[in-house]
Amino acid sequence: MHNPQLNKNGELQHLLTIEGLPKSIINHILDTASSFVGISDREVKKVPLMRGKSVFNLFFENSTRTRTTFEIASKRLSADVINLNIAASSTSKGESLLDTIDNLAAMHADMFVVRHAQSGAPYLIAKHLNDTKQNHVHVVNAGDGRHAHPTQGLLDMYTIRHYKKDFTNLRVAIVGDILHSRVARSDIHALTTLGVPEVRAIGPHTLLPGGLEQMGVRVFTDMDAGLKDVDVIIMLRLQNERMSGALLPSAGEYFKSYGLTPERLALAKPDAIVMHPGPINRGVEIDSKVADGPQAVILPQVTFGIAVRMAVMSIVAGSHS
Amino acid sequence: MSMNLHIKNGRVIDPANGIDAVQDLFIADGKIAALGSAPEGFTAERSFDAAGLVVAPGLVDLSARLREPGYEYKATLESEMQAAMQGGVTTLVCPPDTDPVLDEPGLVEMLKHRARKLRQAHVHPLGALTVGLKGKALTEMAELSESGCIGFAQAEEPIEDTTVLLRAMQYAKTFGYTVWLRPQDPHIGRGGVAHSGPLASRMGLAGVPVMSETIALHTIFELMRASGARVHLCRISSAAALELIRAAKKEGLPVTCDVGVHHLHMIDADIGFFDSNARLSPPLRSQRDREAIRAAVLDGTVDAVCSDHTPVDDDEKLLPFAEASPGATGLELLLALMLKWAHEQGPQTQDALARALAKITCDPARMAGLPAGSLAVGACADVVLFDPETRWTVNPAALASQGKHTPFLGYELAGQVKATVVAGRLAFER
Amino acid sequence: MPINSTETDFDAEALYRELLDQVRTGLAGKPDAAIVGIHSGGAWLAERLAADLGLQQRLGFIDVSFYRDDYAKKGLHPDVKPTRIEFNVDGATLLLVDDVLYTGRTVRAAINVLFDYGRPQRIMLAALADRGGRELPVAADFVGAHAQLAPGQSLALARGTNGQLSLTIEDDNA
Repeated sequence: MHNPQLNKNGELQHLLTIEGLPKSIINHILDTASSFVGISDREVKKVPLMRGKSVFNLFFENSTRTRTTFEIASKRLSADVINLNIAASSTSKGESLLDTIDNLAAMHADMFVVRHAQSGAPYLIAKHLNDTKQNHVHVVNAGDGRHAHPTQGLLDMYTIRHYKKDFTNLRVAIVGDILHSRVARSDIHALTTLGVPEVRAIGPHTLLPGGLEQMGVRVFTDMDAGLKDVDVIIMLRLQNERMSGALLPSAGEYFKSYGLTPERLALAKPDAIVMHPGPINRGVEIDSKVADGPQAVILPQVTFGIAVRMAVMSIVAGSHS
Repeated sequence: MSMNLHIKNGRVIDPANGIDAVQDLFIADGKIAALGSAPEGFTAERSFDAAGLVVAPGLVDLSARLREPGYEYKATLESEMQAAMQGGVTTLVCPPDTDPVLDEPGLVEMLKHRARKLRQAHVHPLGALTVGLKGKALTEMAELSESGCIGFAQAEEPIEDTTVLLRAMQYAKTFGYTVWLRPQDPHIGRGGVAHSGPLASRMGLAGVPVMSETIALHTIFELMRASGARVHLCRISSAAALELIRAAKKEGLPVTCDVGVHHLHMIDADIGFFDSNARLSPPLRSQRDREAIRAAVLDGTVDAVCSDHTPVDDDEKLLPFAEASPGATGLELLLALMLKWAHEQGPQTQDALARALAKITCDPARMAGLPAGSLAVGACADVVLFDPETRWTVNPAALASQGKHTPFLGYELAGQVKATVVAGRLAFER
Repeated sequence: MPINSTETDFDAEALYRELLDQVRTGLAGKPDAAIVGIHSGGAWLAERLAADLGLQQRLGFIDVSFYRDDYAKKGLHPDVKPTRIEFNVDGATLLLVDDVLYTGRTVRAAINVLFDYGRPQRIMLAALADRGGRELPVAADFVGAHAQLAPGQSLALARGTNGQLSLTIEDDNA
C-alpha cells in the first residue's frame, strides 16, 4: 500500500506518523534539527527558508503548548502563521473537516499543522489534498487521537541522542497511561526503528493496550522491576479523566505504585535521564524532587522541540512531487 | 406483466434441487413451468439466449437496509431496489432500524406496499423486538407478523435488561416467531470501532473485543434453553463465536446464523491508512477469524451469507475513522464476492460454485422460512442470469445504489448480473 | 596562472600558496580580522588560511543551506553541516572564503547568514578559483586563479586524507 507520507520520489511530503518511516529519514530529521538548535543563540533567530509561506495551525483539540512551539518554529523559519482553534464537536452541524481544509487551501495555505481528537484525521486530510491535486500543501500531524504524535517522538529521540549518543545499547522505559497515549506509540515506533534493543512499557493492566509485544515492547506491571538498569525513563502524563473512567481508583494510589520517586529513580542506571512530554502532574506521575532534579531533561526537551519542528517543517515543505 | 419466458442454453444451477446442467428454463404465469423441454402448448413471448451464462435462483439476501422510512437522504427505496435488481437479489429481508423504527403495523404495511408497487424484489421486513428498539417494552409481534414481518430483531441495539430479552424470547416462542439477534454485549466494546488487537492498538482506535460477541452468545444460549425460542444470529464475526455456535447446534438448540459477505474476505488490516470504507459493524477481525468464517461457511456452521447492505452517504464516510458511520454497500457485490470465495477454493473443487450459490439462495430461504431460492417446477419464477467471467471494477458509476462506499472500491471483481427475473417478469436487463 | 578547460588536473596547492600570499598582504594591518569558510571547500581553505596566518582563534564556518535561493525548486539540502560563528560579528572585519566563485549566489547567501549574526564592519572575499559567469554583482578580493570552463563543466575541490588539496574539472552530466 502506498505510504501517504512519502511522495513518488521517496521524499517526506507529510509527517503523519513515525511508524513506517525509514531510519534514514528519521536520522535526516534529527541531523537537520541539530543545525537549527544554534539559531536560538543568534541575534536574528530566523532563517528565511519558509519566507512567504503560510502555515495554518489547525487545532481541533486544545493545546496551548504544542501550538505555541509550532508557532515559534514556523516564525523561526520566517513563515506566516495563522492559528485556528476549532472546537471539536461531534453533534455540531458546522463545517465538515474536509470543507474546512478546502476553504483554507483556497486561502493559499502551504502547510497545515493539525491536532485532532480522532485517530487518523490527518490521513483523511492528506488523502483529500492528494485526491484534489493539491500536492503543494503539506500536512504535519501535531497529534491525532491515540494514534501518533510524531514530532514529540522525534524530539524525544533527539533528546536521547543528545545525552546518550548511541541508540543501540540502551534500555528505555515508558511509564504510564500507554493505552491512551499517542506519545507512547510514536516513541515506541521511533525507538524500535532506531535500533534500541530493549523498550519497556510500565503501567497497570488497565492502562496497557493489547498487542504491545507485537510492537516490540517488553511489558511490566511492576515499576521497580521495570526500571531496573534502565538508561532512559519517559514518563507519561496521567490525565484526570482517567481517574473517573473506572480505569484507576485515585491519583494517590497511582503515585504509590507508579510514581517516579527518587527511590525508584535510583533503581535505574546512575546516569539515567528522565523525560516527560509535559505538562507534568507533580505528585501524580512524578515526584517534584525528580522533576526538578539533575537527571531530568524535561526543559531541554522543550528547546529541542522547536529545532525538531523546524527541521520537520522545512524538510516537508521542501519536498516535491 | 408476467409473460411466457424461454431462457435458452444457460447453465442452470439450482442447489436446492441438485441441478447443474446446461438446459432450457421455461416460465409461465410467474412460475417455473419446466426445465429441459418446453411444457405442453408453451409458446414463448420472449426468448432469452443465456449461452455462456449461469441461470440460478434469484438471490435471497437476509440483510439489506433500504433506508426507508426516514433515511431518504442516504438512499431511497427506488435506488436500493434497483440495486437489488442489478445485484440479482430477488428476495430481501430488511432490518427494523428505520426512522421511525418498524414497530408499528402501519409502517410495515406502507413499506411492503411501496415495495410491491415497484414490482422488483420481494421485501420481507423484520419487526422490532422492542418498541423503538429501546429494549424495554415488547412490540405487538402478532400484529406485526400479520402485516408481513417474518421475524423480530434489535438491529444494532442490544437489550441491556436480560429480563426483557428473556420475556421477548418467551413471547416470540409462544407464537413460533424467530428472534434475529446480533450478539453484542451492551457495554463491553460499545464505542469501539475496530477489532481489539495489535492493529487497533497501533492505530489508536478504540477496540471491540471478541468477548463482546461471545459473552452475548452465552447469554443468548442460556435464554434459549430457558425459553425454547428459535434464534437466528446475525453477522457473526469471530472464530470463538463460531465455536460456541457449533457446540450449541450439536446440543440441539434451535439456532442458525449468518455472516456478512465482506467478513468472508477482509480483515482488520484492510483498514489500511484509516480507510473509513472499512469501518463496518461488526468490525473486520483478524486473519484467524476470517479463516474460521470461511471454514464455517464450508462446513455448514454458517447457514447463510448476506450482503448486510448499508448505504452510507459521503458526508458520513469522509470523516476520521471513528467518526464515520459504519456500513458498506453490498447488494450489487454479494454475487461477485460469493463467486470470488468459490473461485478461491481452487479449480479442482467441483461443486464450489453450487455451494457458494446455495449460501445465498436456498439456504437463507430455508432458514427464514421464505418461498424462494429454488427453481423447482411450480416455484415463483425468481431467476438471476449472470456471467461468471465478466470482470467489472467496483466504482460509484458501476453502482445503482446510492451507497457508494465499500472496502472493495477500486477492486476488479468477476461475475456480473445480466438479467433478473422476478415473479416471471424480466425486471432488469443489462 | 589561468586554468584552461582542456586540462583536467590542477595544482591546487600551488593555487592555495598564491591565494595565501594575496590574503596575507590584504589582511596586513587588520589584526582582528576573522576568517569564515563556506562549507565544504571554503571551510577547508579557511582552516588552512587560519593556521598559516595564526588566526585559529578567529575562525568560523557557514553552511548556506537555509539561505539558498533554490529551496523552492530543490528542497532542503540533504546534508546540512553545522554553522559555527563563535566570535562577535558586530563591527568585525571578515574574510569569507569559498573554493570556487561562479554565479555569486552562494556568496550572497553567506552574506545574509553573517548579517543575521550581527553587523560586520567589512566583508572581503577570497576564492581559490574564479570561473566567471556571475549572475549577481559579487566580486572576490583575493583569487588563486581565473578559470575558463565550458558550459556543463564544474570545478571540484577535494581534500585528501593527508590534508592535501586537489582541484579537478568535472562533467556535470557524468
